[in-house]
Amino acid sequence: MESKRFLRAYNSCPVGLRDIPLVSTAEFRETVVRSVADGARLAALFGRPHGPNTLRLLAVLARSREGALFIVETEVSDCYPSLTVDCPQAHWFEREMAEQWGVRPLGHPWLKPIRFHYSYRPGYDAWARSATEAIQPSVTDFFQVAGEEVHDVAVGPVHAGIIEPGHFRFQCHGENVYHLEISLGYQHRGVERAMLGGPTSRSAHYMETLAGDTSVGHMTAYCQAIEALQGCIVPARAYALRAVALEIERLANHTGDLGALAGDVGYLPTAAHCGRLRGDFLNLTALLCGNRFGRGLVRPGGVVFDLDADQAKLLLEKIGRIYNNVTTAVDLLWKTPSVVGRFEKTGRVLRQTCEDLGLVGPAARACGLERDVRYEFPSGIYALSHIPIALGETGDVFARAYVRWLEIQRSVAFIQKQMEMLPGGPIRAATGELPPERLVVSLTEGWRGEICHVAVTDVEGRFAHYKVVDPSFHNWMGLAMALRDQQISDFPLCNKSFNLSYCGHDL
Amino acid sequence: MLKELVARCKLGYGTIPFPAKEPILPDRYRGCPVVDTARCPGQCRVCAEVCPTSAVKVSADGLHLDLGRCLFCGECETACPVNAIRFSREYRMAARRRQDMVLPGTGTGTARSLDARMKRLLGRALRLRQVSAGGCNACEADTNVLTTVVFDLGRFGIQFVASPRHADGILVTGPVTENMKPALIKTYEAVPAPKIVIAVGACAIAGGPYAGHKEVHDGVEGILPVDLYIPGCPPHPIVILDGLLRLLGRIGK
Ligand code: SF4
Repeated sequence: MESKRFLRAYNSCPVGLRDIPLVSTAEFRETVVRSVADGARLAALFGRPHGPNTLRLLAVLARSREGALFIVETEVSDCYPSLTVDCPQAHWFEREMAEQWGVRPLGHPWLKPIRFHYSYRPGYDAWARSATEAIQPSVTDFFQVAGEEVHDVAVGPVHAGIIEPGHFRFQCHGENVYHLEISLGYQHRGVERAMLGGPTSRSAHYMETLAGDTSVGHMTAYCQAIEALQGCIVPARAYALRAVALEIERLANHTGDLGALAGDVGYLPTAAHCGRLRGDFLNLTALLCGNRFGRGLVRPGGVVFDLDADQAKLLLEKIGRIYNNVTTAVDLLWKTPSVVGRFEKTGRVLRQTCEDLGLVGPAARACGLERDVRYEFPSGIYALSHIPIALGETGDVFARAYVRWLEIQRSVAFIQKQMEMLPGGPIRAATGELPPERLVVSLTEGWRGEICHVAVTDVEGRFAHYKVVDPSFHNWMGLAMALRDQQISDFPLCNKSFNLSYCGHDL
Repeated sequence: MLKELVARCKLGYGTIPFPAKEPILPDRYRGCPVVDTARCPGQCRVCAEVCPTSAVKVSADGLHLDLGRCLFCGECETACPVNAIRFSREYRMAARRRQDMVLPGTGTGTARSLDARMKRLLGRALRLRQVSAGGCNACEADTNVLTTVVFDLGRFGIQFVASPRHADGILVTGPVTENMKPALIKTYEAVPAPKIVIAVGACAIAGGPYAGHKEVHDGVEGILPVDLYIPGCPPHPIVILDGLLRLLGRIGK
């Protein structure tokens, strides 16, 4: 990668805003497209206003070979040549920018809103809608398939179970799905917009509720960003406790999902046991901080609650016991041919598709891609203490389930190791003001995959921009692809194997 | 079949004895705050300043905490120099009326049951449709968990159903985003009368962390009539269960 076109950065290492190279739009496009073709991944792409009529587009490319991030910017007004045709990873990012700033990516193959809100730039709208035109969720064009026996199945936003809302359209031929279109935005609460001018007393709460089941993951990413900007030295004990909480979050969700997958194929023993064991993990998080989702545990500078020797012992004891039970419950799955038979070859995503779309997390690892922030861009305790990466091969429901199971085993071992060598000392360092005109990219491996936060400060050290990329943002398209050429009745199973976040996406 | 039975024996019986026995809550659990107005000299207002959602107010008539807005973050407790606010381990927090959620008060925790007619109709078999209207998924998760073997909601005759047409009411989570408002109203309208509405979590009660955002409606208030408020961010499953059972007259008077 040519250094003059990019600013090289690292996970949670701030850079000067003025040091980011500003290139022509053509050069920007070429640089991004070329480096993605060369193995980099688009971790973030967003627009931020710069003056009344101009917008800066900023790309963050992640290159795991070097463990480095590359940043480049360009300036546009109301349109620019779309990247998506040559770089499918940009697909949803470009839709997002179009919706937020009214900037049109010319030649984008399927330009539609994704959160269904008004443009943040008065006078600019990518679809030439007037400021008074009502914007209704999922009121947009959908793919159409025509012919005999061809039909659409539309479900949502309110689904059958207790889950978040989204709208799904299946273009079917009989039972067979040609394509699934996913239309989200129902959970849009305006988080990024509300972060501007911060940090405020609400910032931490926004982070902990970006995706409720990823409270620790998003909060860790936020804290890393703040701490890096301030040059705050976080105590080692805090890093360890954060990682323990993050891994418990992974354990809870993976266990719950394995249970849900079992339920979706009608195998109730594992479903019933895992439903309960997931709660046992959540209770471990509550042991740390009183809240089952880890609310109030992680804060800039470290963590709020310490563990004394007795509590640490209790935690170790409990985790061992829960893990034994999970093993018993999950082993049933792999030993039941009817379950394995339903998991195998269902909802397959090809490795190439996975690379093209830039999938992250277990969904990517299930296709054999070694994509894991803890390994590629380690921060905190992960920089010192490694956790083996869990890989699958077949990219189907089975692989996504099995990767989760491998991760459960490795996370338990990791937590045990951390607890046994828990560093002493304080749990929180003092934090102060943020420096002006800096940018930091903070990556964390949440249980769904890469969480990317980009914080930009203004001349006064307030947030001039705060970008959140939940792993779901990369992965929803993966689910759509997994459904191609499947039976529509396999949707619940495929969906659960990804278990993506609606509100993490909708922000 | 044998392996399933062996596993069943190993894993044992998981249902908790609530409400017959008191629930086991985590040591660090932050339950209902206790507001001791007498301790507060009413000068410093640090509690009000640190509160992310303006749940705490210090005015001429003393110190007040609105449980409906509270995120249970504990910031006020940490900030208060005279311990005028502290978090207890009380899980009985549900209320029938919004005004009962302002502390100090007498209203919370003792939510009265539905009137005799509604209790006769719903008391033995309550079916709810859950609507997530912008909830972060924590409230949803801790509602969902009630259907696991641990809480075994079914033993109380309460069930979550897929269709509003089969429901006696709706359980709403989330601040009611602009984009979910029509679907929420349509779902409510599809429930046959008489019907009830339960607001779970700080978001559904008053907008939670998102209160005041133009993308949300600050909860169900003003959109649908609410029969039961269950505070928390998210409420512990026991708080939700306690509220539901009180509504049906299964606990308390
Ligand atoms: S009240 Fe809290 S936990 Fe519940 S949906 Fe809102 S933010 Fe999430």
